[in-house]
Amino acid sequence: MNVTVQTEVGQPDKLTAKDFASDQEVRWCPGCGDYAILKAMHKSLADMGARPENTVFVSGIGCSSRFPYYMATYGFHTIHGRAPAVATGLKLARPELDVWVVTGDGDALSIGGNHLFHALRRNVDLNILLFNNEIYGLTKGQYSPTSRVGQRSPSTPMGSIDSPAEACTYALGCGARFIARGIDVQAKELDVLFKRAREHKGASFVEIIQNCIVYNDATFAAFTEKDVAADMQLHVKHGQPMLFGRERTKGLRLNTQTLRLEIVVIGENGVTEKDILVHDEKNRVLASLLVALRPPSFPEVLGVIYCDQAALSYEAAVVAQENEAKAKGPGNLDKLMRAGNTWSVD
Amino acid sequence: MNLQAEAGRKGGPSDAPVSKSDLDSIVVRFAGDSGDGVQLLGSQFSQETALAGNSLATFPDFPAEIRAPTGTTYGVSAFQINFGSRLIKTAGDQPDVLVALNPAALMVNYKGLRKGGLVILDSGAFKEKDIKRAGFTIDPRLDGTLKEFRVLEIDISAQALEVAKPFGVSQKEALRTKNLWTLGLVSWMYDREMKSTMEYVARKFGAEDPIGKANAAALNAGHAYGETHELSGDIAPVSMPSVKVAPGTYRLVSGAESLAWGLAAGAQLANLEMVLASYPITPSSPILHILAKLKQFGITTFQAEDEIAACCAAIGASYGGKLGVTASSGPGIALKTEAIGLAISTELPLVIVDTQRGGPSTGLPTKTEQSDLFIAVFGRNGDAPIPVIASHSPGDCFDVAIEAVRLATKYMTPVMILSDGYIANAAEPWLIPSMKDYTPFPVTFRTATEGFHPFLRDPHTLARVWAKPGTPGLMHRIGGIEKDYNSGNISYEPANHQKMTDTRTAKIANIANDIPEQDVALGEAKGKLAVVGWGSTFGPINRAVSNMREKGLDVSHIHIRHVWPLPRNLGALLKSYDKVLVAEMNNGQMLTLLKSQYLVDAKSLLKVSGQPLKIEEVSSAIRSLLGSN
Repeated sequence: MNVTVQTEVGQPDKLTAKDFASDQEVRWCPGCGDYAILKAMHKSLADMGARPENTVFVSGIGCSSRFPYYMATYGFHTIHGRAPAVATGLKLARPELDVWVVTGDGDALSIGGNHLFHALRRNVDLNILLFNNEIYGLTKGQYSPTSRVGQRSPSTPMGSIDSPAEACTYALGCGARFIARGIDVQAKELDVLFKRAREHKGASFVEIIQNCIVYNDATFAAFTEKDVAADMQLHVKHGQPMLFGRERTKGLRLNTQTLRLEIVVIGENGVTEKDILVHDEKNRVLASLLVALRPPSFPEVLGVIYCDQAALSYEAAVVAQENEAKAKGPGNLDKLMRAGNTWSVD
Repeated sequence: MNLQAEAGRKGGPSDAPVSKSDLDSIVVRFAGDSGDGVQLLGSQFSQETALAGNSLATFPDFPAEIRAPTGTTYGVSAFQINFGSRLIKTAGDQPDVLVALNPAALMVNYKGLRKGGLVILDSGAFKEKDIKRAGFTIDPRLDGTLKEFRVLEIDISAQALEVAKPFGVSQKEALRTKNLWTLGLVSWMYDREMKSTMEYVARKFGAEDPIGKANAAALNAGHAYGETHELSGDIAPVSMPSVKVAPGTYRLVSGAESLAWGLAAGAQLANLEMVLASYPITPSSPILHILAKLKQFGITTFQAEDEIAACCAAIGASYGGKLGVTASSGPGIALKTEAIGLAISTELPLVIVDTQRGGPSTGLPTKTEQSDLFIAVFGRNGDAPIPVIASHSPGDCFDVAIEAVRLATKYMTPVMILSDGYIANAAEPWLIPSMKDYTPFPVTFRTATEGFHPFLRDPHTLARVWAKPGTPGLMHRIGGIEKDYNSGNISYEPANHQKMTDTRTAKIANIANDIPEQDVALGEAKGKLAVVGWGSTFGPINRAVSNMREKGLDVSHIHIRHVWPLPRNLGALLKSYDKVLVAEMNNGQMLTLLKSQYLVDAKSLLKVSGQPLKIEEVSSAIRSLLGSN
């Protein structure tokens, strides 16, 4: 490349959250969950020592996809559903850039489901943030692929009847090697997820539960409201027992008879902390059990659910092949076109 | 045979027979089952013929099915070659020689053979059930079906089996050597050196492989058969002198090859690395295959999950400061249209290759057509102009690709290249270009921060600046939403949208000042009739115009390369003829374009059979328009 990549170590000018905010007026609805996510991102990038010139936000279409306009980084607001494809091309061209994809439940799981699948299975080193509000906001409130059965909307006046997509389950099925979930207003937790996603070499998938105040307000209240949060949120951490509840006495145990996770309470029925499953983020089987847990029967699982880095991300493997080919010497077009059967005319 | 070959080639009953000494070209058509190796037979014979110094044009004509049921007419694969000691411009209207490796191949092709032509049959493939399967009720060798032709029957299957026997290969493999046996015979007929084919066999199978040995033996055996058997005088070996062409080093090149190399050359001249993102589709895939092997040229290839992703990934690469390229055919181009609009709106360079095939929908995947002109020029939502350039022959694809890269990078715009199935698959002798003969057009990326915004424009070209991620101080956001002319920020202002639309239109229209004026390919710049073509119809139109001019008719040939924007003098040029005939392989797309642009009362010769235009079809249209019979 012609441009020298600036290292993040030893930068003289320590950037702040403000340095990552663009001069554009933010045009989300007042009270939208996207504001909190944006703010968290500004701060996280500053904390991580990211450089705005080496950071690119690529988005599709939808409320969430306006995100790049509010970042003082490079940004590309593309077309509906195709952000992972554009980002893949960008990453192939410029593997050294930090590329983030911002998408929503309609953009990523409906019109762009195919591209999300392939970005994840190829393991392109992208940080994919899916803002899930279970509704189409920008088109004025139709149900989305993550809307629950019965969702009333302009396009489903008698309630939706199709089974919702589960973002993290989908990602795992696609072959994602980094899967995490957070909530729009939990800035501290999001900060950790953003950092972990960025560190992970390969496709990182982060579902962010995001409240649409206009078309689907309080749809996540059953686990986000203050009074239920402790009992309905399980924040998992690698190497730590999966405990939750106000007193942190509830936990997950594997029922070896049914091969299912079940909620148990320490101190009840002879349950001790030893019975509680310890989170292992490298364990894909455990990840498959965790992503299947949804309220109201289970708490919402938050944090890094799965992280098992592959030896090489996709674009790194592409570069490795290209280097192998280049090791035999640079290409010469005149030679190439004269290889094989030729003849001369005097 | 020679006498009538000439008559057939010169196009129709109105041409007077010429003497045997005039033999300066011949058309041979090989046909067989799709598993018979007919394409290999044809391409190897072409190679031998090119090395013999003849001019040639080829026409591979094969079914969409990889291995259609054996013996069926829809499974017939054919390869036609026209070669000679004069400049060959088409693969030939009518074969002089038909090699039919089974009854179905005969069924599909015998009617196209000129009267008095030679049919070489593999009699071993003419069993009763094969004959019935091909749709003959009676053995065509017995009922007079072939009475207008001379027929040479050889049990090629038995010959091939016999030759392969000592090498211990299976019956199936032994039978599969019949294409090389046939090549040996035809090589003898036309006095071709078989060295290049021998080398090919050795390369493909390795020196020790019994299958390779069997194939080499079959090639020699076919040749020896011609030598030792007293074949009738008619097919005594014919020597075709080499054609007089410009000095230099030549090779055979297919359109797909020269297009791929032209893209690589264009990227080098622009001083850019390339990312080709494609999704497999007939007949475009060879471009992906060829470029996938050129990693040492700084070329990244990406087989995307679909056509849309391919176009989007190419756009992402261009955004990143490389040359994004995507290649497809009609159905794929249809899928890419929204993304092409994004590249237009964000004003990023992008090269889109459309190797056209029969449409609409899946259409005729392996057959040729020129029916994507409308989608190339107009096929997007919004007012969304892009330059469109059409290649007229396999070798021409090289220069067209370079021109596409030049325009895409200079004007920050997607550019569409129109090739077609005929050009992509056909091969022709090609004077190999030297890279030193091309003027580089290196790209300059914006690095200066002062006064920067992403839609700053060059006052002459109207191209916006190209600032790539990683450049300090130039962080910016672009997207498909309308942008403010003065800042690049989102803008919904009515006057601004008008201005941006006008600017995008003017930017592309202005390219007419940066491309050559329209020339006359053959004939005069005024007169009674101009035949206008574009793309792969160059050969038949040019030959037909040449033939008619020899007969004293006032007709000229204009061939359009820059389909959009059209050359700045084209309107005036067309008006300098009494009549204009547009000949194209679609239902009137260039015709409509020219009529709408210039209000010219053009007539048309339209053909959408999936087969290339014939010389005689053009000649006949010329005669009819000029009232000459």
